[in-house]
Amino acid sequence: MRNYHRRLKFKQTLLAYLFLLAPLLVMLVFIYYPIGYGVALSTLETSLLGEGKFVGLKNFEKLLNDRYFWNAFFNSLTYLLVVPPLQLASIVLAVLVNTQIRGRHFFRLLLFLPVVTPVSIVALTWRWIFREHGVLNYLFLGLGLVKEPIGFLSDPDIALFSIMFVTMWKGLGYYMMIYLAGLQGIPQDYIDAARIDGAKRWQIFFKVTIPLLKPYIFFCSVMSSIAALNVFGEIYAMTRGGPNHATETIPMFVYKNAFRYFKFGYSSAAATIFSLVVFAFTLLNFRIFREGGVRSYNG
Amino acid sequence: MVYEVTMGKTKKLLWLKLVIYIILIFVGILTAGPFYWLVKTSLETSTNVFKYPPSFVPHPVTLENYVGVWKVLELGRYYLNSIIIAGFGTFANVFLALLAAYPMARLDYWGKRISLLLVLIPMMIPVQGTLIVNYLTLRKLHLLNSFAGVIIPQSVSLFGIFLMRQAYLGIPRDLEDAARIDGAGEFYIWWKIMTPLVKPTVVTLALFQTLTWWDSFLWPLIVLSSPSKYPLSVALVYLNSTFQTNFRYTTAGMVLAVIPVILLFLFTQKYIISGITEGAVKY
Repeated sequence: MRNYHRRLKFKQTLLAYLFLLAPLLVMLVFIYYPIGYGVALSTLETSLLGEGKFVGLKNFEKLLNDRYFWNAFFNSLTYLLVVPPLQLASIVLAVLVNTQIRGRHFFRLLLFLPVVTPVSIVALTWRWIFREHGVLNYLFLGLGLVKEPIGFLSDPDIALFSIMFVTMWKGLGYYMMIYLAGLQGIPQDYIDAARIDGAKRWQIFFKVTIPLLKPYIFFCSVMSSIAALNVFGEIYAMTRGGPNHATETIPMFVYKNAFRYFKFGYSSAAATIFSLVVFAFTLLNFRIFREGGVRSYNG
Repeated sequence: MVYEVTMGKTKKLLWLKLVIYIILIFVGILTAGPFYWLVKTSLETSTNVFKYPPSFVPHPVTLENYVGVWKVLELGRYYLNSIIIAGFGTFANVFLALLAAYPMARLDYWGKRISLLLVLIPMMIPVQGTLIVNYLTLRKLHLLNSFAGVIIPQSVSLFGIFLMRQAYLGIPRDLEDAARIDGAGEFYIWWKIMTPLVKPTVVTLALFQTLTWWDSFLWPLIVLSSPSKYPLSVALVYLNSTFQTNFRYTTAGMVLAVIPVILLFLFTQKYIISGITEGAVKY
């Protein structure tokens, strides 16, 4: 019997290595190697061909004195501080489409359409709507909300917020669907019990529903933070980082420096700093939401 | 909470219902509006597209933009590029996920813990910096400006491995033991017994990856240098900036690019939504 198990383990080990070979090879070359070499690359001053000489921390020093880097950094930070918190609104939407009202399935589907629509199409459509003589300005002027047409994408003070709106618009249905799954996983007994104890609707919402949704809030918070920091397609398709760098975020900065100016070392340094920030933020999310997150109710 | 609105017929509940409807209709218009505007623009004639004030209904309705985008801008080619990239990319994602997930879920082997960690750790690490190095790697491998260069670096989906592992874990142990007693080989057990049982998850993953590939933008933009190889997502932005005056052609192209994904979603929503929520619940 022991012999049988040993032979089985041997056979399974062979099969396991055979299976893992290809996936791990791809991961080694395109995930692990770049993480390591990316850091190394950021200490090089690179030529057009990507060959470079070691310059130590000079790239980082230069970055800290590059006002476009700081500009991009703060734009990304703004994105991070504005979009994920607003996306919490999708909890409310999830609650609304979880009621027994007519047409709830229709609304769920409708809200999900932007999620499956490619980002470039979303961005181009909104760019069309945001035009100076576009439909949104027409509506705003007609309703008397503004006197002059708004430069949604041409005014440096507004453009970033317009793009943030588009990111939010596209993501709302995704997070709604996750919260909906969370809501539907809450046993009805819990709600009933609270109601029998005389709790009001809003009390049940804040004292029962929200705490039980914590793992979902955690997940969405991580996902939307990472998405906000990585945002690229919207910006590229709508403004390319303009006007006057007003919508240039870190990924855009990295992209421009690497693939337009071919400063691979320099942009790697920016990417390295940025990866650390993203990583720190993910850890922060873990700290805030993981502790006490109630997972027990679905095993 | 508003779980059982049907129960009550009181005034308060009617009000609540009304408020819910108003919010949902507002959000619904906000969601559907841009789609309507896109389709409307694509059906307009050249004189009407830039008209101000804009008309809310296309009049006269014309299909010339659809003909134009297909004939003049040769949308068919970009369509084909997208289909090739999404097709091969999805196949690679699913196949490699099946391979990687099975041992981690069902086999007993030396080095299991390490291999699990090797897959889990990168999920925590942002992959921002990998773009540049991967670009340089592809250049060394002479894979720049090729579909293989777009697909291979993204051929392992960590999410996919995770999803498939969950699926394999859910199969009862007895099944596998019974097959083994009947003398089935390990490979046979994987392909003929275990994998057919995770088919629903395979479908979910395939749909999910198809949508992801159809949407992918940054990586194809970096890897591909000849516009004739662009997938739709990149091509539309490119065409839009090159042929400014033909914006209505691009809108028709955008409608044509989005129709397949919307249809795909409508017919397979159950799978797609389960994929999304699965990832959230079990992380």
